[in-house]
Amino acid sequence: MTDTPDTSPSSGTDKQDGAISRFLRETEVDTRLLGMLAALALIWGGFHIYGQLVNGFGAFLTPRNLWNLSVQTSSIGIMATGMVLVIVTRHIDLSVGSMLGFIAIVMGTLQVNILPQYLGLGHPMIWILAILAGLIVGTLIGGFQGYMIAYGTIPAFIVTLGGLLVWRGVGFLVARGETISPVDATFKLLGGGPYGAVGSTGSWIVGIIGCIAVLSLIVLGRRKRKNFDLHLRPVWAEGFLAAVGCGAVIGATMLVNAYPWPKGIIKRYAEAEGIEVPPEGIFISHGFAIPVLILVAVAILMTILMSRTKFGRYVYAIGGNPEAAELAGINTRWMTVKIFALMGFLTGLSAVVASARLGSATAALGTLDELYVIAAAVIGGTSLAGGVGTIYGAILGAIVMQSLQTGMVLIGFDAAIQQVVVGSVLVIAVFLDILYRRNSK
Amino acid sequence: MSETPLVQLKDISISFGGIRAVDHVSLDLYPGEVVGLLGHNGAGKSTLIKILSGAYQKDSGEILINGKRAEINSPRDARDHNIETIYQTLALADNLDAASNLFLGRELTSPFGFVDDAKMAAETAKIMARLNPNFKKLKEPVSALSGGQRQSVAIARAVYFNAKILIMDEPTAALGVHETKMVADLIQELKAQGLGIFLISHDTREMLELCDRVSVMKNGALIGTERVEDVTEDDILSMIIMGKNPKRAA
Repeated sequence: MTDTPDTSPSSGTDKQDGAISRFLRETEVDTRLLGMLAALALIWGGFHIYGQLVNGFGAFLTPRNLWNLSVQTSSIGIMATGMVLVIVTRHIDLSVGSMLGFIAIVMGTLQVNILPQYLGLGHPMIWILAILAGLIVGTLIGGFQGYMIAYGTIPAFIVTLGGLLVWRGVGFLVARGETISPVDATFKLLGGGPYGAVGSTGSWIVGIIGCIAVLSLIVLGRRKRKNFDLHLRPVWAEGFLAAVGCGAVIGATMLVNAYPWPKGIIKRYAEAEGIEVPPEGIFISHGFAIPVLILVAVAILMTILMSRTKFGRYVYAIGGNPEAAELAGINTRWMTVKIFALMGFLTGLSAVVASARLGSATAALGTLDELYVIAAAVIGGTSLAGGVGTIYGAILGAIVMQSLQTGMVLIGFDAAIQQVVVGSVLVIAVFLDILYRRNSK
Repeated sequence: MSETPLVQLKDISISFGGIRAVDHVSLDLYPGEVVGLLGHNGAGKSTLIKILSGAYQKDSGEILINGKRAEINSPRDARDHNIETIYQTLALADNLDAASNLFLGRELTSPFGFVDDAKMAAETAKIMARLNPNFKKLKEPVSALSGGQRQSVAIARAVYFNAKILIMDEPTAALGVHETKMVADLIQELKAQGLGIFLISHDTREMLELCDRVSVMKNGALIGTERVEDVTEDDILSMIIMGKNPKRAA
């Protein structure tokens, strides 16, 4: 929403501005986005160099670590996109971590204890039914909480604080404190791992589709602006955006393809397929992990929802001025129910990814996730005062949070220091954001 | 007048807690007419008007639009009857740009159901060029606009959708001299197009210039409705302050 200000063509002022500000204005790049990318680059580079200097080995900027980072970000990232809507409308959802644990237990119980009795172990419908059940349970819980907030006028903080306790407790009761495993084999693929990735060819297909999408967005956008006589970006700026967009997609593809399967997995795979492993080994790429593709799909759909639909427009309007939204004929209460139901749906999806990655379901799954999700959204520029926030920001925020944690594990900080750092970064990030907004006014 | 009134408010009452905010008030409005509502703060003007615009639901009474009974239970119902309101607070979402505010709740969509921002921006540019030629900040959130520009957005929203009945609650309160003049001109233009306008203001002199009739309220009750040529400014003031209609008393 915070576009670079003043896009009106004013050739008179162009000459006076510096090259950088002219560049930023012509490309219409969000300067906040640039700031976040710079912060991320700093974190990544910092951990890598620290590792090189202190441990003699920079483990951060390796295909293996970045691939793992992408998988670890998925669960929080998926929920963070929903949290943006919740926070933009001036609410909060503290229950997502507990809901995630409970939903994981529901899906685990279904696929381990209940469905195999009726369908037989390994039936192909098991994982589908389990996921459907998880998504439905998530949507219903979220919708129910939203209903209490909207129509019962109980503050969201209280309803979801209650939910935080209730759903964790119910999860333990249902599971009787046990860990439910092993999950269905197909289900497990959704959590990543060597088999839960699309491989080299699949990744190139994804990468090329991504590149085509970037190009067509730029071309379509330009055509639309022309139709309505709006200000056009110069051709060099369009070209630059296309190159950066495509470059990022292709770069990510090359990165995930540069991470090979571990030797043990290859050996087992070769035995199962009856392939002779040559002495120098076989190079089989991981490619994009399935949970990462799920996150990307969620991010795209949520971005379309927020920027191209009436629903998204109303979310921002309610956040900006609830009374005005009501007077404009928007059913703000029903919107609240829908927003929390969507948050619940996404929590269900995250529960799929998280429990599939773990290969089991425990009631403790997702503990403290609510705080990481909220932190991701807020670091990503979502304002707790409402009305402001973006989906890509929240995902970048999730990557920043996960990068910090992963990085500190890699260089061997202990858990206590990790908490200190993550907490401090949250506060500093929000403070910087406040400074940024103050200056850009 | 023999033609059917555009709006007839009949015996409208509403209470909040124990307080009668509007007490059996009846008013009507004809096409091409401006009716002013005057009174102290808390006299019930804004409350009465919010019943017509759907923001509040009346406890009793009847609303007739073009002589037909109308159920107005939400702002959406009011809009369906071509009633548009410019609120005193302007009711703008500060974080959205002018076009998003103008079309809020009635977005233009493409054939696939997506909001058509480019088209809305173009339409906004068109109507703004007519209402306020100085308006340039089409892409910025309305929080970045001046009071007068924000007012233009609120007015554009009411005018764009072919209102038949326009409610203006203190439309000039936040404006400078030049902008107040623009609003006055606009009211004359809309009146000539046959709209009926309810105007709320504190400025008695301005009301006598702009309105055809003025109604005075005090403590939720209607003191009286007079044609502007029949009363002086002093008459109106005494109605507002004393709650008595000097002409009727005389």
